[in-house]
Amino acid sequence: MKMKSLMLTAAVAALATPALAEVKVGMITTLSGGGAGLGIDVRDGFMLAIKQSGRDDIEVVIEDDQRKPDVAVQLADKMIQSEKVDVLTGIIWSNLAMAVVPSVTAQGKFYLSPNAGPSALAGKGCHENYFNVAWQNDNLHEAAGSYANTAGYKNSFILAPNYPAGKDALTGYKRFFEGNLAGEVYTQLGQTDYAAEIAQIRASGADSVFFFLPGGMGISFLKQYADSGVDIPVVGPAFSFDQGILQAVGDAALGVVNTSQWSKDLDNEANTAFVASFEAEYGRLPSLYASQGFDTANLLISAVEAADVSDADAFRAALEAADFASTRGAFKFGPNHHPIQTIYAREVIKEGDVYTNKIIGVALEDHADAYAADCKM
Amino acid sequence: MITERHLNLLILAGLILVPLWAWAADEPFTITLATRAVIFALAAAGLNIALGIGGLVSLGHAAFFGIGGYAMGILAHHAQSYTALSTWPFLIEGTKSMPVIWLVAIVTSALAALVIGLLSLRTAGVYFIMITLAFGQMFYFFTISWAAYGGEDGLSIYIRNDFPGLNTLDPIQFYGLCLAILCAVLFATARLMRAPFGLALNAARQTPARVETVGLDPTRLKLAAFVISGAITGLAGALFADLNRFVSPTMFSWQMSGELIVFIIIGGTGRLFGPVVGAATFVMLEHWLGGLSEYWLIYLGGMLLAIVLFGRGGLIGLLTRREGGA
Amino acid sequence: MTPLLLAEQILNGLQFGVMLFLMAAGLTLIFGVMGLINLAHGSLYMVGAFAAAAAAGATGSFALGLAAALAAAAMAGALVEILVIRRLYARDHLDQVLATFALILIFSEGTRWLFGSFPLFLDVPGALSGPVTLPGGIQYPLYRLALIGIGLLVAAGLGLLIARTRIGIQIRAGENDREMIAALGVDISRLYTLIFALGAALAGLAGALVGAIQSVQVGMGEPVLILAFVVIVIGGIGSIKGAFIGALLVGLTDTLGGIFLPELFKLFMEPATATSAGASLASMLIYILMGAVLIFRPTGLFGSRA
Repeated sequence: MKMKSLMLTAAVAALATPALAEVKVGMITTLSGGGAGLGIDVRDGFMLAIKQSGRDDIEVVIEDDQRKPDVAVQLADKMIQSEKVDVLTGIIWSNLAMAVVPSVTAQGKFYLSPNAGPSALAGKGCHENYFNVAWQNDNLHEAAGSYANTAGYKNSFILAPNYPAGKDALTGYKRFFEGNLAGEVYTQLGQTDYAAEIAQIRASGADSVFFFLPGGMGISFLKQYADSGVDIPVVGPAFSFDQGILQAVGDAALGVVNTSQWSKDLDNEANTAFVASFEAEYGRLPSLYASQGFDTANLLISAVEAADVSDADAFRAALEAADFASTRGAFKFGPNHHPIQTIYAREVIKEGDVYTNKIIGVALEDHADAYAADCKM
Repeated sequence: MITERHLNLLILAGLILVPLWAWAADEPFTITLATRAVIFALAAAGLNIALGIGGLVSLGHAAFFGIGGYAMGILAHHAQSYTALSTWPFLIEGTKSMPVIWLVAIVTSALAALVIGLLSLRTAGVYFIMITLAFGQMFYFFTISWAAYGGEDGLSIYIRNDFPGLNTLDPIQFYGLCLAILCAVLFATARLMRAPFGLALNAARQTPARVETVGLDPTRLKLAAFVISGAITGLAGALFADLNRFVSPTMFSWQMSGELIVFIIIGGTGRLFGPVVGAATFVMLEHWLGGLSEYWLIYLGGMLLAIVLFGRGGLIGLLTRREGGA
Repeated sequence: MTPLLLAEQILNGLQFGVMLFLMAAGLTLIFGVMGLINLAHGSLYMVGAFAAAAAAGATGSFALGLAAALAAAAMAGALVEILVIRRLYARDHLDQVLATFALILIFSEGTRWLFGSFPLFLDVPGALSGPVTLPGGIQYPLYRLALIGIGLLVAAGLGLLIARTRIGIQIRAGENDREMIAALGVDISRLYTLIFALGAALAGLAGALVGAIQSVQVGMGEPVLILAFVVIVIGGIGSIKGAFIGALLVGLTDTLGGIFLPELFKLFMEPATATSAGASLASMLIYILMGAVLIFRPTGLFGSRA
């Protein structure tokens, strides 16, 4: 009871601030240290959309969380308490999102997630002011499981780091994969050498390998896997085959099938324009993360056009409508404010000197997450 | 130049006046920053007892900081989800009461410090630095895969815990609470430094043989200092978790241990207010430099380097122009 | 588990250990002779990997990449020694920890500023790519075999350098009595710079060699650095022999622990829990090993002083 009244006070306090025509957005993202590439892509995609909209009534404050949860929490406090932002966005990592999002939404602010989608925030911990514009964490792994069925795989060896997102990944794959498991291995977070796991894969008699190893871990795994001479086909989520890191993997990634809700060659007007303008603006190809940042900003702009942010109910309804041209084509929210979207199977190819992806089929059509039923908002 | 005593009073005045000004000017974020600085200062003040007085360079104090944090996280997590912490051999329930949480944080981190200290104090010098680092890493890797309490994602506590008679959600009240604890610990440390135990400990750092000849066991003295030190850092961990309403394995990371040492050295090793000056400076730098450049860590590194190479005795040493303390 | 798989895993542990040795040798040498604890050693590993990736990317030659790695790391090492480190020899370990901690920040962010935030590409040279079949039918990557070979060669060379050459005599003398060799007319500051550059070059070499099969990215040095510390503490700080034994011990423990512990736990737990619990314990295993060694031998296996 006490908690509820406190939350109510906070919400009322937020509403009582004088209504400005201007919308202030706080972006907390990772811009320094090892994971900075993802944050920079989200930021660049987001700012490109703001720039293209030509609106001068949306102010964006950007801060670096250094991938540290306590810094992210501190920045969220700063943005709410001293910058007085209306909407927050930008966080890349699930553990940072878990630290920031519940308190942000409890204080009556809106949060639009451009990347992380932990299951807790999709199910029991969902909130009416929390919108995920990327995916629920399990989605791409579920699609990988579904693709493995289509490809006729019967016996998969699966591996992921030993941390919550890793466990979610294997659970997601197993939720859709109908064959047997030749092996299930948890690696150390940040592990750089996978010789031992590759030897296990070779000995396991598997007909396919599923892995979720984000960032540098995936680069190391793929290079070592290619060099080991094991030729069992690999599937994985898009994170290890993203535009940003694909160049560092090189030939080792060629031909690997990965699952993604977005691809550079996705044929729709918004996406073609996005890819061209992103390349023109920043001199590099956009990544999955850049597309998510771009979509997040466009969702925000569509809501700002339809409603005043100081009227929380109207603004929320405008966000729910998701009336914007997504780079993914059709885009809509499920009842828990997570996307219902089509996830594609892509294959890594080489275009001239550049490694990139090409869509080879649909892995899951209009897919919603598994936690929506637990969400009571 | 002013004496260290006057400087300390000045710092204390600043710790009281700046947040009060921020409160009056309705700048709650400044108070949040000040709270962060005070809690870091408390953690480093704990380390200072082992490092500054006892000469024990522990690169694993993040272990106690994290244990304190997890004591808060686990108790509050069970309280907010209305589940029992354990039902056997007897029922333990979670709690949202700060005093109880603090007690648990102090006791568990003191126990951990006792075990780690017993094992680590068999070594000295670089080996001591490294074995404490190794213990810290053990906790780090353990919590990352501790699925029951969120693993790497950590635990979110939605509402700050309660303290009788205070509204802890009000930044200035929570700040006052943290500052009061810091002052109590600094006062106790000052007494400790002059008490027989502190004098013997200081002597044990400088000439262990002499301590032994008067019938004291230097290892036991150091162990006692290590346990007290760990307990205080653990308490700071519980407060830090409450400030962020969140705990995660990063509290155990070795960079955290490194930063605690950084606070002490920026301020001045072995000085009573060294950790306070160091933590406050660090938080301010982090805040200002972070806004200036994406590559602010380079400047921070450069500044730290300058302090080690040219600013012996830390900032307090520079301001009082007197080499001392350590 | 078949004997064949076990043999392959032992090779993997060996390869990991040998690469750790390259890192640990420099650390232990620097500590043994100069009494300096260098947290920034991992940054030199990173410098080596980035130099190799940049040079190999520009020229297409892995050998040139290796040469660039050696040169860049040695130069960075010498520069750091002259500008910063030599002011720290007389200081206590605390100041050394802090100063080299600051160097990590400068190196990491500096590298990111120069090369950007995305990982770089470095590939196994064509002649060494792909697997070979070993006696007994083990399929094993040729490059990893080459790594084992190079590591053992370097270890042997380092042993010879210290046992047989003039510099080796000076190093050994420096470990025993610093004032004495200065009194004998050895240019001590040049010797120190040389040793630091040598240690840096070894770290850079390790970074470049390992970079070909891993991800070349900012921050890649720190995890290896901590492992290298574990190695030299187990082996005894200052002892090259200790670093070698310690490195193999850590490499084998880490590799084999990761495989056997989950299997072991499966004997009395359900598979899913066992996999996760086994992996957790495996990640703590080398620290437990180090703790155990220090409790029974407080100065490591071959160490003499603290």
